[in-house]
Amino acid sequence: MKTISIKVRDFSHSFGPKRTLKSISLDIYKNEILGIIGPSGSGKSTFLCALNRLNDLVRGSTEEGLIELDGEDIYGPGVSVVELRRKIGMVFATPVPLPRSIFENVVFGSRMAGLKNRRKLGELARESLEKAGLWEEVKDRLDLSALKLSGGQQQRLCIARILALKPEFILLDEPSSGLDPISTMKIEDSLRALKDEYTIILVTNNTKQAARVADRTAFFLGGELVEIGATEMIFRAPSDPRTDDYISGRFG
Amino acid sequence: MRIRPRLEEKIVRAALRLLTLLTVAILLLIVGFILKKGLPAVSWKFITSNPVDMGRGGGIFSTIIGTLALTLVAVVIAAPVGIGTAVYLTEFTWENKITRVIRFGAECLAGIPSIIFGLFGFILFVDKLKFGWSILSGGLSLAFMLLPTIIRTSEEAIRCVPADYRQVSFSLGSTKWQTVTRVVLPSAIPGIITGIILSIGRSIGETAVVIFTAGSALRLPTSLFSSSRTMAVHFYILAREGISMSNAYGTAAVLIIAILAINLATYYLLNKFIRKYS
Repeated sequence: MKTISIKVRDFSHSFGPKRTLKSISLDIYKNEILGIIGPSGSGKSTFLCALNRLNDLVRGSTEEGLIELDGEDIYGPGVSVVELRRKIGMVFATPVPLPRSIFENVVFGSRMAGLKNRRKLGELARESLEKAGLWEEVKDRLDLSALKLSGGQQQRLCIARILALKPEFILLDEPSSGLDPISTMKIEDSLRALKDEYTIILVTNNTKQAARVADRTAFFLGGELVEIGATEMIFRAPSDPRTDDYISGRFG
Repeated sequence: MRIRPRLEEKIVRAALRLLTLLTVAILLLIVGFILKKGLPAVSWKFITSNPVDMGRGGGIFSTIIGTLALTLVAVVIAAPVGIGTAVYLTEFTWENKITRVIRFGAECLAGIPSIIFGLFGFILFVDKLKFGWSILSGGLSLAFMLLPTIIRTSEEAIRCVPADYRQVSFSLGSTKWQTVTRVVLPSAIPGIITGIILSIGRSIGETAVVIFTAGSALRLPTSLFSSSRTMAVHFYILAREGISMSNAYGTAAVLIIAILAINLATYYLLNKFIRKYS
């Protein structure tokens, strides 16, 4: 029996009057890669940002229902949002390196968490960059501005940056939407390598990407979860005709 | 009838170039005039010795110190308050009635003639609070005058910081305070500094506020409670009362050179800073 890491029950979300998620219920297992597919505007990204409460930054964001992370209600009273976000790393659609050096980008979160020891930070940076598959390319120029890296390198830097926080979960919001096929391939390789240690939730517009890397896939449409199941099942024999229509490219 | 596009472009380009030249010409004319009239009076001795006989003789040392002291007090008070207000308006509250009132208040403050600040400072600081004509009264009144500029320029600079930076910072487990101080403000610093330079320029050149609140004593100021004369006030009194036109222009020349030097120095430092952070 697989361990449930995240339990979502009847979770709904709105931005002001606009309903963005309608009564979502699903489980996310430990150390799986869950792919989330669906057309734009289907609530995929909002769902991701509900998991680390990044929606809180948007005015008029309200939610109801339950999200439990390792048994703890993340919207419950007394929950430290800061601690929560340290457990959940997030990679955005466009890589956003902060305007500082490669090194400072990687250790940013750890510095904010209070780590000061220069040697430890150095080790952490190396370890994280290695895991993200970027170390060899940048090891001689860690002091270079992160803005000078290529798009693909920046995205792997963003992955290294969250790995440095030693999170349990990694959320990726269309991480390769702006990248070329080779950079995309490198990122997918890193994801497969990371699966043993982390639980990964991958939102993607590219259904083929979900088919390539996800263990299970969820299909969102208009703020609803249409279906969720083993990736093979979803792609070979979806139970809902809308899923079939989307995957075979009849809409979306 | 419509003129041909190419010709039209040529005309527009020429007209715009002419306007630009005009602006530069006016600037050069004023600076050139002041320097031509003033530089003969300026010497090392003029800068480093105190005025003698109401300014007929001697130099302007005490007024330089007075100007620096007043500006320093004004900026040290106005910058933290102004930047703090801007941070509050942009980062710590959603747009609502209160923020609109604050912003409207600041805009109104910006439109008030400086002599009103002078009068207000006189009544509040000099008279009611009994600070007398002093650097403290003058600095506080100048700070009031500078606040709107600093708030507005800081707010604009902070708004220009990409929202993505904040999102990334929060997603990496930073607190609000860390996000503001480590990510938002460093990115907004160039804009904020520009606002502060503008303010420094304004307070160095300000006459009306200072004359009402800091007085016009020619002695070298010794404390925050000393009355003091700034270069701008000195120039005004020398010229207005016909004490010494050559010393008046000398003072003006030093004033202009100082403002130019401050601008150049800050932009140089700013460039270094920007290169380091991006």
